[in-house]
Amino acid sequence: MIVIGEKISVMAKKVREALQSRDAKPLQELAVAQAKAGAHFIDVSIGPAEDNGPELMDWAVKVVQEVVQKPLCLDTTNIKAMEAGLKAHNNQWGTPLINSTSNEPERFPMMELAGKYNSKVIALTLGKGGLPADAEDRCVIASEIMARGMEYGVPMENIFLDPLILQVCTMQDQGWQAVRAVKMFKDLNDPPMQSVVGLSNISNGAPKPLRPIINRNFFALLIEAGLTAAIIDPLDKDMMDTAKTIEMIMGKTMYAHSYLDM
Amino acid sequence: MALTIPKENYSGKIYNVQVGTGGKAVTIGGASALPYLGFEGTFPNRPAVALEIMDIAPDDWPETAKKAVGAAASNPVQWAKFCQQNGADMVALRLMGTHPDQKNKSPEEAAKIAAEVAAAIDIPLIILGSGHAEKDSQVLTAAAAATRGKNCAIGKAVEENYKTIAAAAMANDHKLIAMSQLDVNLAKQLNILLTQMGFDKERIIMDPMSSALGYGLEYTYSVMERIRLAALLQNDAMMQTPTVCDIGANVWKVKETMAPESEVAEWGPLEDRALAWEAVTASAMLTAGADMLIMRHPGAAAKVKETIAELMG
Repeated sequence: MIVIGEKISVMAKKVREALQSRDAKPLQELAVAQAKAGAHFIDVSIGPAEDNGPELMDWAVKVVQEVVQKPLCLDTTNIKAMEAGLKAHNNQWGTPLINSTSNEPERFPMMELAGKYNSKVIALTLGKGGLPADAEDRCVIASEIMARGMEYGVPMENIFLDPLILQVCTMQDQGWQAVRAVKMFKDLNDPPMQSVVGLSNISNGAPKPLRPIINRNFFALLIEAGLTAAIIDPLDKDMMDTAKTIEMIMGKTMYAHSYLDM
Repeated sequence: MALTIPKENYSGKIYNVQVGTGGKAVTIGGASALPYLGFEGTFPNRPAVALEIMDIAPDDWPETAKKAVGAAASNPVQWAKFCQQNGADMVALRLMGTHPDQKNKSPEEAAKIAAEVAAAIDIPLIILGSGHAEKDSQVLTAAAAATRGKNCAIGKAVEENYKTIAAAAMANDHKLIAMSQLDVNLAKQLNILLTQMGFDKERIIMDPMSSALGYGLEYTYSVMERIRLAALLQNDAMMQTPTVCDIGANVWKVKETMAPESEVAEWGPLEDRALAWEAVTASAMLTAGADMLIMRHPGAAAKVKETIAELMG
């Protein structure tokens, strides 16, 4: 499982303040903690950052990569900021991941950037027609996105299809449709397409004590379906243990009594 | 239409581990594909063949093995030099005399012999205990200190004594041989435990526990194969250590290396048969991925080195 650490998010007050005041320390602490806990990518979410996007992303990428030798998942809707992030990114530690493109015209330039900078890219199976109805709908959108990827010269192995996780408490059938979609995405290409989810969306709106239970069990289903990457909190040990256990049971990793420590 | 050979893509690679110092130091490991599939990966180092010596006379070795060593076996230093002169890449000193059921030699005596042997040869030295877990921790601790700076491979560290032996290897800059009993999961577990105590995984050599042809060889083979698959295809860092096979000690106790022709005429001449038994066992282990072989008969070792030369192309 490719783990994308979600902690550096503009949604968190501490991070938002650090971004505003250009205080590197909180970002760096979160980056180090997540890398240590096993994150393969560190998500750097700066939001739309309308005023000073490029400069902010440039700064954030550099301060994070100053302390972790990991590739970053660049998370913004601001195209210029995304490009600044790709330029600032130190590819010595791996290829960056764009978060995200979709089938909405305003997100097409993200795919173009993925081609231009030879980066990886998350593709939300979301079109201008509103939310996808089911797994089949998601596959239709995915195919259109993949065709666009080819136009921009993005190799299929650089695209991570995101089935779009919706909250289970108001759209109960959509969780299972996302699991089905992950299974079906694999057949859209040979070698199989990769997939990614923003996992915790599933439990948005549910009471706090329920959220980790919903997240973890949903995660187990997605892994079995063939999910290749997840945007999660790597500091959540139960979540990481779930991934390790499912992968061990599926024979993807070799059992040892201390397998959870690996 | 041109034929395209399907190739496996490996995500992992075996670590390089160097044993010994100076010009005759030996590096093993480094494979990036399943054994000898040169069209799929690279094999930078050729497997090393160590000849075994002991700190006591080889009284319990079968005649054929004893005869091959001759008078040299009367003392370990002479024996080690004999091995060096007879084509060994390394010498493996088994401190059998320290076993409580043998001569119960003290750790100090064993350490002295280890130091003398190390000083007498310029090829790398492997230092093995007698296989008595408790005694081995004392013996190997002393031997490791006495050979500090020689970059030996010491072992075997097992579940019951790995902490002491690993600490001794760490303190004296040696490599460590870690053995588990024919079990992939326990092999991985032991490597994890070693790493968790701060031992560098790139200094471990794994012993999956060998066996002789006709006496469980296929179990060793399949364990080694599974270790390699995990290392290369699953990129399992705990399984990416090179592998050692302790061949001689297993081969030279089976009937085929001892029964005289007068008893089993249909088996052919004893010497040819015994030598072939060790060479064939070793060759099978090579194809399972062995990076280091510990053998007893210089003639069998020479045959195996020919096989290695052919396999490496």
